[in-house]
Amino acid sequence: MTWFIKKSEPIKVQKEKTVIVPEGMWQKCPSCREIIYRKELVRNDNVCPKCDYHFRIDPKERYDSLFDDSRYTYLHTSVRSTDPLTFKGLKKYRDQVKSLEKRGLEHDAVHVARGAVGGIDTIIAVMDFNYLGGSMGSAVGEKITRAIETGLEDRVPVIIFSCSGGARMMEGALSLMQMAKISAALARLSDAGVPFISVLTDPTTGGVTASYAMLGDINIAEPKALIGFAGPRVIQQTIKQELPEGFQRSEFLLQHGMLDAIVSRSEMKQKLVRYLTFLAPVTD
Amino acid sequence: MSRNAQAFEEPILEVQAALEGLKAQPENPRTTKEIQKLEQKLAKLQRDIYANLTDWQRCLVARHPNRPYTRDYVEQLFVDFEELHGDRRFADDPAIMAGFARFRGQTVAIIGHQKGRDMKAKLYRNFGMPRPEGYRKAMRIMQLAEKFRRPIICMIDTPGAYPGIDAEERGQAEAIAYNLWAMARLKVPIAVIVIGEGGSGGALALGVGDHIAMLENSVYSVISPEGCASILWKDASQMEQAAEALHLTSRKLLKLGLIDSIIEEPLGGAHQDPVEMAKRVGDHIAAWLQDSFGVSDSERVALRYQKFRAMGIYSEVG
Repeated sequence: MTWFIKKSEPIKVQKEKTVIVPEGMWQKCPSCREIIYRKELVRNDNVCPKCDYHFRIDPKERYDSLFDDSRYTYLHTSVRSTDPLTFKGLKKYRDQVKSLEKRGLEHDAVHVARGAVGGIDTIIAVMDFNYLGGSMGSAVGEKITRAIETGLEDRVPVIIFSCSGGARMMEGALSLMQMAKISAALARLSDAGVPFISVLTDPTTGGVTASYAMLGDINIAEPKALIGFAGPRVIQQTIKQELPEGFQRSEFLLQHGMLDAIVSRSEMKQKLVRYLTFLAPVTD
Repeated sequence: MSRNAQAFEEPILEVQAALEGLKAQPENPRTTKEIQKLEQKLAKLQRDIYANLTDWQRCLVARHPNRPYTRDYVEQLFVDFEELHGDRRFADDPAIMAGFARFRGQTVAIIGHQKGRDMKAKLYRNFGMPRPEGYRKAMRIMQLAEKFRRPIICMIDTPGAYPGIDAEERGQAEAIAYNLWAMARLKVPIAVIVIGEGGSGGALALGVGDHIAMLENSVYSVISPEGCASILWKDASQMEQAAEALHLTSRKLLKLGLIDSIIEEPLGGAHQDPVEMAKRVGDHIAAWLQDSFGVSDSERVALRYQKFRAMGIYSEVG
């Protein structure tokens, strides 16, 4: 006889929050489900006026809001993904890359640009979730490493906006090794006393979190961003328990000592300029 | 024994059982001849089966319950091993063991993932899946080695870093990231040997070294074949295809330039002859130590940087 009967409920998998971008005038907030007038959303830096959820934005929008007078130059744009393993899942990786490039996403999953931020010469890398979930393959690893190396040569601070599901499976262990490659480059930058600021945005998980995203001299995040090593579904499947409310969100990470601050989009530039000023290399 | 065996090993086990049966009988010319014949048959069988393993089957060999673990190599190869515990911040993580020992007269630091053999030990070792404190302990010992100038030997054998609530709370990502960063800066020689499963970031966190070797049948991957299949094929049972696609075997990784050498395994895999396997690993370490003497600290750090800097395959336009 059993005293406790185990309910054999299937594991509840949280439905992926998909943002359907309608052509129309209204947009639903994936966090609080509020219907927002699009123009108002844009006016509000793509932040939900009701719950402060920060919508994902294009790297270009990010750059326009950060660089002085929206003026900047793209760097390392010649690096492209190939298909080193001739990888074929349900789709061919080669075809995925081709169709993304046709859609004009020739920067792969990370853009690198240089310009003045509050008058300070700065290199900013921004990951693009629209390109295979912002996943990190050889091209992403190479572009970020070159960005860091340029920062090192010219003694220019580096900022990386992370937005990624992690390493790109379609390049196998080549992707995994980008974690080590970028981290090693950051170690050199650090030894040279050039600042690196990591900004984590929704979502930042897997191999990106477990390498450069956590290695900033200062680590900050946008509000309510999903940040973690393992994804919530993997954890749920492993421990077979409901995850606590707010688990792996920016606020949770701040509370557990992994972030220096949570910075909303409207304050982002002002705060970055302040950090860059605090950390600016002392010239003698 | 057969309970632990993988399906493709069954023919080998049958012949092995027959051999044992014959050997138990009193010796006479007929059985001696029979034994000889069976031994030849066994060797051929092992050669054939192991030469034609699929990548998925190699994953199963890498995870074989009888495969030697870090502790087995420590016992075979090192003398005066003293395990050192704890990360000095939160806890001791039994999924990673670390300490100092003497190897053929020289003191070395040894750090490796540790799996458990029986269920109790598996649970104690958390199936070789470290929490942040495991990686922080590993780094603490590496920094001790740096301070007292002792070479570091890392053995990799993990399904991956533990995906749990507590691990996330204490910064699993930060612990791994910090190790990648800090290992790149260490001045002492670091040898990395993948002895079983190289599970993603949880493996790489002990994997930034000067020389990276894999045992012939070990695997090293960005994600498990099951995980990859469930995401890219939307079906976890497609792991055989995924294993093939991920290029996770020692030979494929050597071709991709991600590892430096392969340590051949005895016929039928490391678990068939752990003593011979340990001897080969020992010879590998000895040769590596010899090579590392002639290199200066700054040269070593620069070479290690260049090694990882060169990893990746991409194209360049314009």
